[in-house]
Amino acid sequence: MSHLKQQKVKMLEVQFVGDDDVLNHILDKEEGAKFRKDRAQVLVNVKKLMKKQENDQDEDDQDDLKDENYVDILGADSQEYLKNGCVASGGNKVYSFQTRKKPEKMAELAYEIAKTSGKSVPLICKNTEKMASTPQSSKKQSTSEKDQLKSDEKNEFLSTPYRLRKRLTAVSTFPSDTESEYSDSNSEDDKGIKQEEEKISEVLMDQKRLTKHSSLSSSSCKKVSAKKMKKDTTTDLVEEYFEAHSSSKVLTSDRTLQKLKRTKLDQQTLHNLLSKFSPPFSAELKQLNEQYERLFHKWMLQLHLGFNIVLYGLGSKKELLEKFRASMLQDSVHVVINGFFPGITVKSILNSITEEILEHMGTFRSVLDQLDWIINRFKDDSSLELFLLIHNLDSQMLRGDKSQQILGQLSSLPKIYLIASIDHINAPLMWDHSKQSLYNWLWYETTTYRPYTEETSYENSLLVQQCGTLALSSLIHVFRSLTPNARGIFRLLIKYQLENEENPSYIGLSFQDFYQQCREAFLVNSDLTLRAQLTEFRDHKLLRTKKGTDGVEYLLIPIDTGTLSDFLEKEDKEA
Amino acid sequence: MQKMAATLGFLSVDCLVSFHIKKNYRKFQGLISFLIFSADYFNEGESLSEDSKLRFDTCQLLWQQMKSEAEELQEELNKNLFDKLIEFLEKSHLEFRKKSTNWNYQIKSREIPTAALVLGVNVTDHDLTFKGLTAMLRDTITPYVVSLQAKECPDVKHLLQKLASQVMGCHIDMESTEEEEEECVQLSQKKMHYSMAFLSTWYRNVTQKKGSESVNKKITSSSQWKKSPPIVIILKDIESFSTKVLQDFIIISSQYLHQLPIVLVLGIATSPIIIHRLLPHAVSFLCIELLQSLSCKEHLAKLLDKLLLTTRFPFKLNEKALQVLINIFLYHDFSVQNFIKGLQLAILEHFYSQPLSILCCDLPEVKRRIHSLSEDQCESIRRLPSFMRYVEKQTPEKQVASLTNERFLKGRMERKSLSLHIYHENFFIVLKCLHAFTSSLPKYPLGRQIRELYCACLEKNIWESQEYEPALQLLRMLAKDELMAILHKCVEVFRSSPGKQLGSTAEKLKEFLAQFQSLEESNEEENGSGSQQKGLQKTDLYHLQKSLLEMKELRSSNKKQTKFEVQRDKVVDMIDNLVRKYLFPPDTQTLYEVVYFTGAHTLREHLNAAPRIALHTALNNPYHYLKNQALKSEDDSIPNVAPDICIAYKLHLECSRLINVVDWSEAFATVVTAAEETDPNSTASEEIKEIIHARFIRAVSELELLGFIKPTKQKTDHVARLTWGGC
Repeated sequence: MSHLKQQKVKMLEVQFVGDDDVLNHILDKEEGAKFRKDRAQVLVNVKKLMKKQENDQDEDDQDDLKDENYVDILGADSQEYLKNGCVASGGNKVYSFQTRKKPEKMAELAYEIAKTSGKSVPLICKNTEKMASTPQSSKKQSTSEKDQLKSDEKNEFLSTPYRLRKRLTAVSTFPSDTESEYSDSNSEDDKGIKQEEEKISEVLMDQKRLTKHSSLSSSSCKKVSAKKMKKDTTTDLVEEYFEAHSSSKVLTSDRTLQKLKRTKLDQQTLHNLLSKFSPPFSAELKQLNEQYERLFHKWMLQLHLGFNIVLYGLGSKKELLEKFRASMLQDSVHVVINGFFPGITVKSILNSITEEILEHMGTFRSVLDQLDWIINRFKDDSSLELFLLIHNLDSQMLRGDKSQQILGQLSSLPKIYLIASIDHINAPLMWDHSKQSLYNWLWYETTTYRPYTEETSYENSLLVQQCGTLALSSLIHVFRSLTPNARGIFRLLIKYQLENEENPSYIGLSFQDFYQQCREAFLVNSDLTLRAQLTEFRDHKLLRTKKGTDGVEYLLIPIDTGTLSDFLEKEDKEA
Repeated sequence: MQKMAATLGFLSVDCLVSFHIKKNYRKFQGLISFLIFSADYFNEGESLSEDSKLRFDTCQLLWQQMKSEAEELQEELNKNLFDKLIEFLEKSHLEFRKKSTNWNYQIKSREIPTAALVLGVNVTDHDLTFKGLTAMLRDTITPYVVSLQAKECPDVKHLLQKLASQVMGCHIDMESTEEEEEECVQLSQKKMHYSMAFLSTWYRNVTQKKGSESVNKKITSSSQWKKSPPIVIILKDIESFSTKVLQDFIIISSQYLHQLPIVLVLGIATSPIIIHRLLPHAVSFLCIELLQSLSCKEHLAKLLDKLLLTTRFPFKLNEKALQVLINIFLYHDFSVQNFIKGLQLAILEHFYSQPLSILCCDLPEVKRRIHSLSEDQCESIRRLPSFMRYVEKQTPEKQVASLTNERFLKGRMERKSLSLHIYHENFFIVLKCLHAFTSSLPKYPLGRQIRELYCACLEKNIWESQEYEPALQLLRMLAKDELMAILHKCVEVFRSSPGKQLGSTAEKLKEFLAQFQSLEESNEEENGSGSQQKGLQKTDLYHLQKSLLEMKELRSSNKKQTKFEVQRDKVVDMIDNLVRKYLFPPDTQTLYEVVYFTGAHTLREHLNAAPRIALHTALNNPYHYLKNQALKSEDDSIPNVAPDICIAYKLHLECSRLINVVDWSEAFATVVTAAEETDPNSTASEEIKEIIHARFIRAVSELELLGFIKPTKQKTDHVARLTWGGC
């Protein structure tokens, strides 16, 4: 699919080549001829096109190399680069555009990674079958994938898309004949592309004739200078980006966690489970940590000389900072701030400084006043010293402009020493030049690979829904306390909602219909009694009403269907 | 696990911040000297030796000297700007002071005198400028200087409040010894409603009182100010103020202008047009005078000249380190303050990491310290690469002596450090001369700024570079007046330098100058050729080179050169000789390591870090950090034993905008089970699966914390990718 799209984009662009351009390229014989060769082959064989794309990518790489030169200008030689914690080509990989991905890409990569150490791939049967049911990808894909399972190792990758194939050939695990095999096995797709292409070129030719550019054959009208091609490749990438972001449709499978029958874990069980798993490479990790611990003295020195220290890199830095605190700050005043805690505010930080450290009991009109007061206190009393340790300075609550400004001003005081950690990839965007100069940072890379246990425990993650179990139990609780009639009413609503589970445009049951149903079941005798019941549900957050576009009131239970069906099952068993 | 739970519990029970405060700090036993305190940390945690303490003191001393030098320079550079500003202030409100009541003045008095200071984009340097400005104004013109920042003034009310409290605060400072202090304090402490009217009555009271008093304040510059000092309001960052606030404030204050002599000073980072854009209406109430500050590039050039291109400070940067600092300046912020910060870090790092930096001090001090070197230190000197090179060149006996005999070594060291000092002296003189010659050449083959030339000279022998020969050839084409101007500059360089090393050269330069002057007087007939060359000088490089070739042909055809040409060639030869003799790169010098800081990468790492690239590397190539053979891989791919987050990350790269969590978790499980070498057919026990699922959950939430993905409601059980591309 994606190849096809790409192709379309390319062909469409070709249309815009004006006469003059074409003439220019005819004049520029050498390039033109070379290019015609390229292009002609494109028409003949799709496989070659792929090669061409690879070339394009190479060109891209060259561009990237240029970029690197710029980066080089910025800094020292590549060796120092390595020291700085990036592979030589780090920059271009981070910021380059990606190619379009097929939906089933991930599974394939998983096989590949799984294989990397030469072990046989343990394909979990259930797993792949589900993979096959990926809906948007064409049926042929899924069948070929099933075939893939049976076939031997080599053939397994026959239907893998070209990027992966390229990677594999790069590793030179496979002899060159895979390429031909590839085009055979998945010829249906390719034929489609080819046909499409031919169609487009025909259209092109027609257009040309209409505009009386009769002498140009379809191949010659595709003569685009190499330069233009280069441009094309970049614009292609740009267009790809917008293509991927403009369409609301995204090709992913429709499977949900519900079908997996895997219960959602709460924090506690998650921790329990994880504690059974010991992370590998503990020796290396320890070594890494020791390396950072050797810096403690230097940090103290630099803090005292007016710099502030910020730690970045993958892995939780909480333990490291904790160790720093334990070994260095025992005899000095310090405040530890867990920035990742969802309820933290700058005000609470300032309060803790004024109340706990400076022992001031008064209140302040505003945060700015409080800040001024602290600044004056520190200016007046030169014996005051304070260490601020902030875990996750870039957390949701502290990343705001105002908070950062205040913390920056605080840290710019000569006797307040700030040592903080950041994790988010865009964290440095918080600081403009003036804030950076307030903070006066020295950056230290501390990649620890430690799990972010505490930092993520407050996150409302998709998979760790604390509310999931909570909702069910509270639902049962409330339900038990209801009158039998009210139970019936609620049960009706649940059933109706579950029936309409598949309907994506379901917005709820209209009040009138609901009333009708309840009446028929002898549950209520007037709409007033029904409304009274509904108010009760609403108070317990079991019900939400919404006005539809036609002004009718719709009723909806704001609980996911899985929980609801669980609930019904349980209740039925009880009953 | 228990501890974990305890902490979590603590956090949720306790309020939001967790504190670990030691309260036993109160009442330090006397105030421990700050320097000694931080010196404790100087020596990698080992006990503080005499040596490292000395090193730290040297470091601090050097840094303080350099810092004060830099501040002096800043003051000096600002002086020009400030003088203009004061001049402007004195011009403004002349009428007000005369208390004139004529009609014309009444009309005109609606315009607030405003000075717009265009300070450039280096916002971080502005603070220092304003600090200096405020201090200077307080000293010379008026006690009523108010500086306001946009963030303090979200609306007019706050602005007026700040304004009033600062103006009256100033007043309190002034009168603190007098009895009316109480009254003022009361005034300012009453949380009354500040308004311009209130301010103006206050101002009238104060000035009248003062007028009746005998005036003996320190403000003595201009007598007319004594009666009614103006109120100078500095708006530090005009761009960040909201239009409405500014507009209202300006209109209000223009109404009070006949009662309050207000002067506005606007700090502008971008361009003066911003005033018109911000204040489309209120601008008619302003009478603006534009003042331009020195560009930050020139500031940097001056700073380099004062701090690095001098023998005053022994500390030097090597080519790469200097390049890093300059690049941060040029490509990131144009901030001189940040450059100075980088320099501070460089000094600190140098003294921290190089034990022999103890010798990085003044020449007489060096001699003293050399004699007190310990045996270990002598040994580390012998191990210096530059010293080893030096020893190798010696005769065998001397080699043995310098390797075994401590006293002999110290003697040698003394001589070498002296020669290093002399080398620097000559180096900078010749460098400046060469720069004088080449900075005016078309297309600047050796760089326009002296820093470029300096970097080139630090890197390698400048005369071996590609650009050197063409530059010399261009020099051979200089017109007489230009050449003389350059020679004058060079003589100036020699005169200003303290060293006496190149005395003969200076003499020679003067001789040349005299000769050229005499040429001018005697040889009138050669004017023709002279003017021709003048004409050539104005063309571009291409034409110049072309004409150069022609000239060569011409010269070969008729050998006869004019006297001027002969002299000019001599001058160029002389400078060429000087360059070849004195502009060695410093790493050829013995004891180079002692004074040159070489850790360019540390500077880069700490000042201009790239957190995202570090994250990318850690996720993509764990082997870079965890040196375990199992993690080694050839190219893009990562082994299946890699940390969980790396695997999850790698898998998520394969998806486009949305990721199906189920697919993701299964792909993850596939990889992880493969890594654990469990038999694929025997269905792994439910518990292991659970654990793997838990690991996956953790990896996903970690990726969410890092900002790679976020939950989305577009589709059930999907997450959205937040990055586009390989990261």
